[in-house]
This record gives sequence, C-alpha cells and structure tokens, in this order.
Amino acid sequence: MDATVAEKPVRFETVMTPAEPVIMQQRQPKIVTEAVTVHYGDKQAIFPLDIKIPDRAVSAFIGPSGCGKSTFLRCINRMNDTIPSCRVGGKITIDGEDIYDPALDVVQLRARVGMVFQKPNPFPKSIFDNVSYGPRIHGLAHNKTDLEEIVEKSLKRAGLFEEVKDRLQSPGTGLSGGQQQRLCIARAIAVNPDVILMDEPCSALDPIATARIEELIDELRENYCIVIVTHSMQQAARVSQLTAFFHLGTLVEVGDTEAMFTNPQERRTQDYIMGRFG
Amino acid sequence: MADITAESARTTTRPWNSEEARARTKKRYAAERRFRLYGIAALCFATAFLLILFTTIIGTGWTAFLQSKFLLNVTFAEDVIAPDGKRDEQTLRLANWDKLARTALYEAIGAGDANRAERRDANGLLSRGIDVQLRDMVLANPDLIGQTRPVWLLAHGNVDALLKGAIDRAIPEDRRQLNDRQLAWVDAAVENGILQKKFNTGLFTFGASSQPETAGLLVALVGSFFMMLTVALLAVPIGVAAAIYLEEFAPKNRWTDLIEVNINNLAAVPSIVFGLLGLAVFINFFGLPRSASLVGGLVLTLMTLPTIIIASRAALTAVPPSIREGALGVGASKMQATFHHVLPLALPGIMTGTIIGLVQALGETAPLLMIGLVAFVVDVPSTPLEPATALPVQIYMWASSAERGFVERTAGATMVLLGFLFVMNALAVFLRRRFERRW
Repeated sequence: MDATVAEKPVRFETVMTPAEPVIMQQRQPKIVTEAVTVHYGDKQAIFPLDIKIPDRAVSAFIGPSGCGKSTFLRCINRMNDTIPSCRVGGKITIDGEDIYDPALDVVQLRARVGMVFQKPNPFPKSIFDNVSYGPRIHGLAHNKTDLEEIVEKSLKRAGLFEEVKDRLQSPGTGLSGGQQQRLCIARAIAVNPDVILMDEPCSALDPIATARIEELIDELRENYCIVIVTHSMQQAARVSQLTAFFHLGTLVEVGDTEAMFTNPQERRTQDYIMGRFG
Repeated sequence: MADITAESARTTTRPWNSEEARARTKKRYAAERRFRLYGIAALCFATAFLLILFTTIIGTGWTAFLQSKFLLNVTFAEDVIAPDGKRDEQTLRLANWDKLARTALYEAIGAGDANRAERRDANGLLSRGIDVQLRDMVLANPDLIGQTRPVWLLAHGNVDALLKGAIDRAIPEDRRQLNDRQLAWVDAAVENGILQKKFNTGLFTFGASSQPETAGLLVALVGSFFMMLTVALLAVPIGVAAAIYLEEFAPKNRWTDLIEVNINNLAAVPSIVFGLLGLAVFINFFGLPRSASLVGGLVLTLMTLPTIIIASRAALTAVPPSIREGALGVGASKMQATFHHVLPLALPGIMTGTIIGLVQALGETAPLLMIGLVAFVVDVPSTPLEPATALPVQIYMWASSAERGFVERTAGATMVLLGFLFVMNALAVFLRRRFERRW
C-alpha cells in the first residue's frame, strides 16, 4: 500500500495474556489487523501492529497519552483519511474484508463502523434530526413512520428515550453532557453498524453520566463489536473483556481484561496499571 | 537547591502588605485606568469625526431634496402646439413649448406688456428643462391640448439658489446672477405663493443634465442596480463555491497554497488596476460596449471575488471540526457533511462577507472611471449593455461642476449612497443575528 511498509520494518513482539485469550476462543474475530503502521508526515505514530478484536464483546485500548491508541482506533473506520499528512500501511480486515481496499467505499464502511467521539458533538439540530440523519442519508427508512420507529428504537437502546420523548424537536445541543453523549451513541447505532468505536467517550463527563454510559456499553455488547479507548483503568476493567495496552506507538500486551489486570506479563503493562507511569 | 529556595521564601515576610507591594498595586490600577482612558479618547475622536462628516454632508445636502417650482396656469393652446392641426409625435416634439410656459409666466408675474429685454429677464426665471416637462405631459395625455391647467414648472437654477440663500443680494447687480428686476419678480412670486420649494422628485427621475435643476440620479441608480445585480449573480456563487472547494475539498499542496496566496494578494490590488484589466479584457478583447453597466459589473465582480472568498473561507474554518467528524462518523460523504452540516453553520458568516463585498463594490469609483462609466448619460438604460453611470461616479462628476445647484446635489447624492450602504450593512447585521445559531 505504501512505500514505507514495503521495506520490512522491525517487528515488535506483542505479548498475549494468556497466550490465547479466553474471549477469543468464545467469539469470532471481527477486526483483524496485520502489520498496521501509521505515519503523520515523517513521524511514525504506530509501529507494525497485529491484533484480533472479538465480535460481540468490548475491547479496551489503554495506554499513556500519545501512545497511538486513538490513532489506531481512527484507522478502523478510516477517519484518518481526513488528515492530509496521515498515511496508513498494513492491512485491516473487518469480517475478512480489507477496509483499505481501493474498491471499498469509505462512506459505506463508516456506516458499518460507527464512531462516538471524546467530546459529545451532536449536530446543532433537533434531537430527532440528530438520530434520523444517518438513516435518512443511507435510505434505511422508506417513510416517516419507519424513520420515527428507528429514532425511537435507537434512543431507547441508548437509554435516552424516556428523558427526551416529550421534546424530540428541541435542540440536541441543549441536553446535558451525558445526555449529549448518549444522543451521539443513539446517532451511531441508528445506522445499524456492526462495530462501534468509542474514543474516550466519558472523558468529558461526570461520574454519574459515566456510570450511565458504561451501563449502556455493557448492554450494547450483546449486539455489537465495541472498541473503546480510555484513560481510565477502572473503566477498562469494568466494561471490557479484552484489553490492549499501547505504549509509544506499539501494542505491548493484549489479553483477557481480568488476566491483564491481575497478572500482566510485561513489565511496562504492570507499571502502567499500577500507576507508576502514564 | 529547590528546597533552600522554598525554605527562604517561607521565612521572609509575605510581601503583600509592604509599601512596595502597595505601590505596585497602585501603579497597576493607574495603568489600567490610563488604558481605559486611551480607549475612550480614541472612541470620542472617531465619533467626533463621524459627526463632523455627517453634519457637513447632511447640512449641505438636505436642500438637494427640495427644488423651487413655479405654479403656473398653462394654456395648452392648439395654435402654438399644433398650428396645422396635426397631432403626430413629430409635430408635438418640435412644438414651441417654451412659449406656452413663458406666456403663463408673464401673466403670473405681471410682465405681459413688457419690452424685449424685460421678457428676456423673465425667461431667465424658468428652467430650460420645462419644454421637456410640458411635452411629456401632452405626449402622455394629448387631450390636454386646448385646456388650461395649473402646472408646477421648474424654476431656473439661479432662482433656486436665491431661494436657498446661496445668492447674496448685497452683491452689485452687474456681478449677480439675477438682476434687480428678476429679484423683484421672484420676491413677488414667493409672496403670492406661486413660487415654492417642493420635494425634488427630479433628483430621482432625471438623468444627466448641464443644468442642476434638471440633473438627477436615475441613470446612476439604474446603472448601480445593474452592476449590483451582475456582482450578486456572478461573484456570490463563484466566490462561495471557490471557498467551499478550497476549504473543504482541495488537497493541501503547493498549488492550493499558491492559489491562496494569490487570492489574498488580489484582495489588496488597487481597484484602478481592475479597471485597467476590465478595459483591456472586456472592452478591447471581448468587444463589450464602453460605458455599459455590464462591464462595470464584471469588473466589480473581479474586485469583489477575493473579499467574498476570504470571508467565506473564514466562516467555513470557524465551523468546529467535531461537526464534520460527527457527520463523517455516521457515514455521510464529504459533500453531504459539507452541505448538510458545515455550510448551514457557516452561512451567516458567508452572507455577512458577501454583503460587505457588495457594499464595497457599490461604493467603488476608480475602476469604473477606466471603463467609461463616467459618461454624460441622459437616457435611462433599459439593459445592462446601454450606457450608464454609477452612484459614486455621479457624485464625482457633480463634484466637479461649478453651479451652486451641483454642490448641494453632490452632497445629496452622497446621502443617497450612504443611505444604501447603511441599509445594506444593517441587512448584514440582521442576517447574522437571525441565522447565527439557530438556538
């Protein structure tokens, strides 16, 4: 794909904890990457990275700031395409399909791989329009009743419906931070994706709103492959089944969350989890 | 080392209450107060100059909206208008209209049996444009022939100047524009109420004229309207589309950098250069007619484009990237994200920038001088290809005329132009307020 990839860079060994994570035995792998690299201009942000992410489970990416976990997350729905200096190498497949295949339509991909951002970013439109926007542009609803149904279902799944059912036409930006973030989750699931990427979804929220979102993530994992980037080790421990620890652009260790937090194999993982750096 | 510093800081007395600290606080307060004073002083200066500007313009210009007119009982005598009984247009155009007006005037001021010299003085009281006024009346309504009607006829510019106090009666008769006899007639007419200052409709209905009383702004207004139309139809879509492409779609490389630098440079190019360009390209190369408001509009379009592009790009940049990401995140294409989410949010800024661009174009004079819009145009243009002038150019032309009537008209036209600019700016503010954030 890219000239820099062809020159066979040094492989960084990723430790698996345990050698074959339990969750991977129970679930189908949804996202599989092979030697993914990311460059911002001349700076390499991610060194060749291999990971398998299970379907119908929550996978958490942890690591200190600038370790490349958000960058890697944004590769999965090709959000990095919007950054002109960013180049992605290697191979990422979702359900066996190479998402960097030139023949693949990015817009279709992003409909399949939803994203929730660090800062709640509802459109400055009504709550209804926020949720119905995706289904509308993808033609998921054939008439108004369909659309209303999708909006209601999505808001219910995001646990927001009861709070806003009387004011669907009021602006989405008028909600509280936690509600806005749940609105963004509703917006993402309204297009019926397979994968939901969450980039520090709770970093701008208070503990109560955070608990609400975590509950929601836990419910959603029944149906979706969820990947969450988080700075909070507790959050990773609470919501995820698989945890991946990133450091300086490399994937240091990946494994079942419980095993990772109780018995990390790598020294760096241990130090980070114990709070010795980061 | 660090410990020692911390230790010593703790042991020395806190400086908050010392004489030095108090002096420092006082100095800081004084500096702040001084700065605020500078600001107020600057504001006062600006306001004062603005006030001076407005009082001068309005003080000189308000009289331009009044015009002295005689109320005369004009008999549309058939033997004067059409002695051979024919009423075709040719006959009517060539009829001796002045005679009708003069007869009525002699009667009104009691100069009926005057000698030739006296009659010449009396004739000097009426505008030379009255023949057109009477002719147009009859052409519009031929049944007037044979009837007697009271008509408000334009007085001569000198009479108008006298009534507005612009002619000094103390000046010796041989150096005054009106002689003693004329003064007496005028005074008597004012006394009788047949000479009055009426609202000057002519200012908005006449074209160019060498007499101030029959000079008006209509040609300039129509010309400026056509130009604004051209600019709005060309510069706005081209400018906004260019801004959207450059900001949202264009790859960021050396070429787009070069284009960006050049757009910024174009915004700073003196407007007369655009006039030269228009002369060379539109008139000499494409062979468009001189003095046409279309050419003026094209030149102003070129001049306005950089302003609109820069303002629109700034408005687009100001839209938070999180909105774009949100839209892309739910699978909107780049174009959908731009047109559904970014553009609506940028629209108030784009509209404001556009209107400011239009205002700039409306007030622009220099490039129009280069392409012949500085012509003496009597007939109102009905298409953008006919000769016309523009409001600021009309002001420029009137400002170089010597008659008293043109001095007040210069200021009056300036008031009209400023009025348009004011309305357009107010519209920009209104649109921004109205659409800025929909909630």
